[in-house]
Amino acid sequence: MSRNGPLALLFHTMFVIFMTAPIVVVCLVAFTPEGYLSLPVDGFSLRWFRAIADYPEFIDAFWTSLWVGALSSCVALLFAIPAALAIARYRFRGRGALSAMFLSPLMIPHVVLGIAFLRFFTQAGISGTFPALLIAHTIIVFPFALRLTLAAAIGMDRSVEMAAISLGANSWTLFRRITLPLIFPGVISGWALAFIQSFDEVTMTVFLAAPGIETLPVRMFLYVQDNIDPLVTSVSACVIAITMFALIVLDRFYGLERVLAGHSDRSS
Amino acid sequence: MSVASTADKGAPWPLILPAFMLFIAVVLVPLAMTVLLSFHDWGQYKGIEPVFILKNWEEIWSDSYFYEMFARTFRIAALATLLTAVFGAPEAYILNRMRAPWKGFFLLIILGPLLISVVARTLGWALLFGGRNGIVNKALMSMGLIDTPIAFMFTETGVIIALAHVMMPFMVLSVWAALQRVDPQVENAALSLGAGSLTIVRRIVLPQIMPGILSGGIIVFSLAASAFATPSIIGGRRLKVASTLAYDEFLNTLNWPLGAAVAVLLLIAIVLIVVGSNALIERNYSEVFR
Repeated sequence: MSRNGPLALLFHTMFVIFMTAPIVVVCLVAFTPEGYLSLPVDGFSLRWFRAIADYPEFIDAFWTSLWVGALSSCVALLFAIPAALAIARYRFRGRGALSAMFLSPLMIPHVVLGIAFLRFFTQAGISGTFPALLIAHTIIVFPFALRLTLAAAIGMDRSVEMAAISLGANSWTLFRRITLPLIFPGVISGWALAFIQSFDEVTMTVFLAAPGIETLPVRMFLYVQDNIDPLVTSVSACVIAITMFALIVLDRFYGLERVLAGHSDRSS
Repeated sequence: MSVASTADKGAPWPLILPAFMLFIAVVLVPLAMTVLLSFHDWGQYKGIEPVFILKNWEEIWSDSYFYEMFARTFRIAALATLLTAVFGAPEAYILNRMRAPWKGFFLLIILGPLLISVVARTLGWALLFGGRNGIVNKALMSMGLIDTPIAFMFTETGVIIALAHVMMPFMVLSVWAALQRVDPQVENAALSLGAGSLTIVRRIVLPQIMPGILSGGIIVFSLAASAFATPSIIGGRRLKVASTLAYDEFLNTLNWPLGAAVAVLLLIAIVLIVVGSNALIERNYSEVFR
């Protein structure tokens, strides 16, 4: 394979600057010692990180995000694992339609889902509650949980299962001792990707959030609507740091390319 | 695909039924309720009246405000898509030609932002654009590219650039995936037959990655047309797109039926565009997808 010429490398450098600049600038401004927005050219301070502690809304929102993300990813997997096994192993009528339906939250604009959920939960009388938020997030992370589990279920070697059946394992033992351990890497990365999706989601959640039940991105969004000050940059810097950490862990254990391959390719 | 025996005919249903029921109850029913809501009446004092009228649809159809708003939404989405294609496709090609440690490193740098909060990334652009003396304007002016500052905040230009940044990883990823199916020996064959590098890109590389660019384009377009946080933060309160208008109707004006009609229209438009262009691509490039 031929190498990149100087022009290509220049283009690449500009591209990388374009992609990283907004993220870098958020992190730099977060360290400003000033009381207003400025790049920390004349000093370095952690005052805006300490200031987060005085603003409990952000802390509460962080915990809400963590719980919603963790629980909705688990609930989504409870539904997605059996569905993935069925789709991977059987050819049945409506299989294509069902797969399309399960992946539809990727295609339906999140603003439409937000509106639909708001109307639905208001009619059901549970609008603005934690369970409502949990159900909504379960739906939007479901495609990610399903797709990575499905990939693992399709790639699985079934001869071990056959051996277990021939040795007299019942179906629950078969699932618990053989199938689940074999698809576990897919399940775990499905959970991780689902968690990140839930943790980042803002468009749909902004319709469902109520005081006290706001996720972190929603709190940040509403804060930025009113004013942009160094406090929201330090919160963003923390979010970026957490995501980077999760990314590196995911990359080490599973390979980022494989995770992201399940992320795009919505048209299939 | 798998070893399915005919004896298993009924077997998939117990497995798939819970997820099926969940989607019927929590996706299809709410969507149907939203469509129904768009036909309800609403008044400042009486609130939502569960009747069946075409008032909201007639308002959207006759008021040029909505026409301009939808035109703006799809114009912004189209231009953001174009930007990602023009810059993302060459970058994917360059990335693909890199050597082992750099390839993985830069792939992480470029695709990583996909998983970073959209609010944080858009905030970065708000800081870069910010005001008359924003960093981007200072840099462009010191390089002599422009004389007077460009207005980025609260303009379509700013929204398009920020959206292109937010959606860029999808395009790079899609073209990257297409490049993995390309045999590098074809390029070498063209080279040995005396083709110049421009000819190779135009005649060999571009036709092979075109399906990747197009399917990436569909993803970027549909996400950009329904984007919310970025147009809301960069565009401000006056530069409305479909999703921010629907949000306003729901949480500020409280005219839910009208907001529902806008949302339903956005959904229909996006589904038609995505399904239509998917069919078009698959017909023209069926041999690539096999």
